[in-house]
Amino acid sequence: MLAYLDHASTTPLCPEARIAMEPWLSGSFGNPSGSHAVARAARQAIDEARDKVAAVLGTTPGDLVFTSGGTEAANLAVLGRAAVAAGPIVVSAIEHHAVLHAAQRAERLFGSPVRVVEVGNDGVVDLKALGAALDRTVSIVSVQLVNNEVGTVQPLSEVARLVRRRAPGAVLHTDAVQAPPWLDVARLAEGADIVSISAHKFGGPQGVGALAFRRPVALEPLIYGGPQERERRAGTHNVAGIVGMAAALEAADDQRVEACDRARRLRDRLRAGLLASIPAAHETAPGQEKLPGHCHLVIDGVESESLLVLLDGYGVAASAGSACASGAMEPSHVLVAMGYRADVALGALRLTLGHSTSEADVELALRAVPAAVARLGGSVMPAMAVTG
Amino acid sequence: MSGGVDSSVAAALMLREGHEVVGATMKLWGGPSDSGCCSVADVEDARRVCQQLGIAHHVFNFTSDFERDVVAPYVEAHAQARTPNPCIACNTHLKFGRFLQRAPLLGFDAIATGHHARVTKSATTWQLRRGRDVAKDQSYVLYMLGQAELARVLLPIGELTKEQVRRVASDLDLRTAGKPDSQDVCFISKNGGRASFVGERIPLRDGRLVSTDGDDLGAVDALELVTVGQRRGLGLHAVSLPERRYVVGVDLPNRTATVGTLEDLLVGTLLIDEMSWSCSPLVPGAAVEVQLSAHGRPLRGQWLGGPHPGTGTVVLEEPARRVAPGQAVVIYAPGSGDEGGDDEREVLLGGEVVLGGEVVLGGGTAA
Repeated sequence: MLAYLDHASTTPLCPEARIAMEPWLSGSFGNPSGSHAVARAARQAIDEARDKVAAVLGTTPGDLVFTSGGTEAANLAVLGRAAVAAGPIVVSAIEHHAVLHAAQRAERLFGSPVRVVEVGNDGVVDLKALGAALDRTVSIVSVQLVNNEVGTVQPLSEVARLVRRRAPGAVLHTDAVQAPPWLDVARLAEGADIVSISAHKFGGPQGVGALAFRRPVALEPLIYGGPQERERRAGTHNVAGIVGMAAALEAADDQRVEACDRARRLRDRLRAGLLASIPAAHETAPGQEKLPGHCHLVIDGVESESLLVLLDGYGVAASAGSACASGAMEPSHVLVAMGYRADVALGALRLTLGHSTSEADVELALRAVPAAVARLGGSVMPAMAVTG
Repeated sequence: MSGGVDSSVAAALMLREGHEVVGATMKLWGGPSDSGCCSVADVEDARRVCQQLGIAHHVFNFTSDFERDVVAPYVEAHAQARTPNPCIACNTHLKFGRFLQRAPLLGFDAIATGHHARVTKSATTWQLRRGRDVAKDQSYVLYMLGQAELARVLLPIGELTKEQVRRVASDLDLRTAGKPDSQDVCFISKNGGRASFVGERIPLRDGRLVSTDGDDLGAVDALELVTVGQRRGLGLHAVSLPERRYVVGVDLPNRTATVGTLEDLLVGTLLIDEMSWSCSPLVPGAAVEVQLSAHGRPLRGQWLGGPHPGTGTVVLEEPARRVAPGQAVVIYAPGSGDEGGDDEREVLLGGEVVLGGEVVLGGGTAA
């Protein structure tokens, strides 16, 4: 029995994506850049996929660049903008490393200073601090739509208003990688100029993503070669991946309301059960608006590195913070930015639900997590301290 | 699992014996390195070996413990002109400290490592013995293992020679079969070396070299890095001296290193003040062998007890070069270093890290 509760890390391919991709993994093939019938068929598949993705993201088909994933999309946004526009780069402290490390790289490459905006212990960007970081010289602002670790939704329309008022020359990028299965990206990211998504977070395949342009923005490409993607991203298209992403995004958009209700109900039960059975567990950013599939806790006196090994043994796939190149756990920069001490941040547990999560998965986690915590010397309510 | 051949084969042998095995690699050093057990390439090798063996692999991040318990004391020892052995500190605090403590929490009965040494049991006592391959024996760096630790530590490759270990690895087609042994301190990079590592953390100051008669013999860079017993790198070729000269003592407050002849370096007695016994303390008068460095020759001697079980004196049969403060003195049953020594004669009895110059008695040629 396996309870996969790490959907924010990656979520299984949805049937719609698999069915859409299938022809492009068997009989159909073709390089969309060619001029013959085989190429035209692939080109048509890409064009239709582009229409679908653009519609869900609230942009026009020409204003979409397919990439190898969310990280490339975020890198293209930050580095591509910094290459053509001098000026400070403003990022929130809880951005994904795809944004933070790209900003640091841009600082080294182009001398654009990086201004990191604090967040509160509610896991939400501090608008006052953001306002203070903005001025007319800023070239790009990057604030995610949803935090990938704690799941907090960021106030993007307020962010956009501030940027327009104080830094009218700045481009606003939002990393919306965690958003599509749960949120209406077209509406929530309305104020952003460019939006990053990644297919495998919403039931599409790994290795494909997109950067959507809601307003025309000049960016220097990251990858040079052929004229694909209107010379914004060279390289032969990943036809199957792009087709799968479009199908998954459309399906996620169609099923969003029901998926949210279902996940929220399961997540609420999971969260309430764990908080009741583990006195040392605290919810991070309690009361904040979060993704319906996100359950993020910090457990005092328990090291998540050990907790995850035990949960793995009990058949529960969970995660904590981010991992370094060797695979070792690092204290989460998100929790540290939210004001947690580094040693407390090492007790994080992230359980994220998705379209395939069942009641049984939640039941297993409700037994396994307290059992693992008890084993590691954490206190649990007596009735729960039974090893599964 | 460090990603080397020894720990790879240790895991394979545990599986072969029918144990339920999970591989674990400790991430210890967060800074730059070009060798040793901490690099990403080595973690990858460990992971790939686990995949080949069909077992799970986990990485434990102990970088902050390593910094606190190994790196900081290493630097501090140099600041006091000692010559630390960080591998011993790592074994004490990380491998057989933090890691061994974590294992039962995760449901494991024991940990196995790829050290060339053996753990045996006679009646109710666990014994730590030299590895079968005497040339590769690593028992010296394991002296801190007491009865409680030995009961939960397995050293499966201790019965094999290095050549046999490599043969097992190549028979199993493990990717680490031909990997060279790591020799150096894992957190010191080859191009920077010890001087740059320590120099980035504490000020290194020059000092004077003086003879045992008090004559000034010149200057030396970085007195903090000078080691008792050191002969090279002192710049003494400029001074015409009739015989080889060695550092016989370092006096940091007065910023001098005393240089003398080999005879000046020799001692006949070792004073022990905090022996970590592997089994029950020795009775005074017992014949012993002592080893004064990781690959040093075992020296015969006699254990004379002291006021407490952990204190005492070893009188050497023949004088030996004095031990640099910070290095470990390890005591074995007599005959431990003999090729093919029988089982009574290869038991490690205890060891300690020599802390101050004063623990070495008889600054001359005491018999």
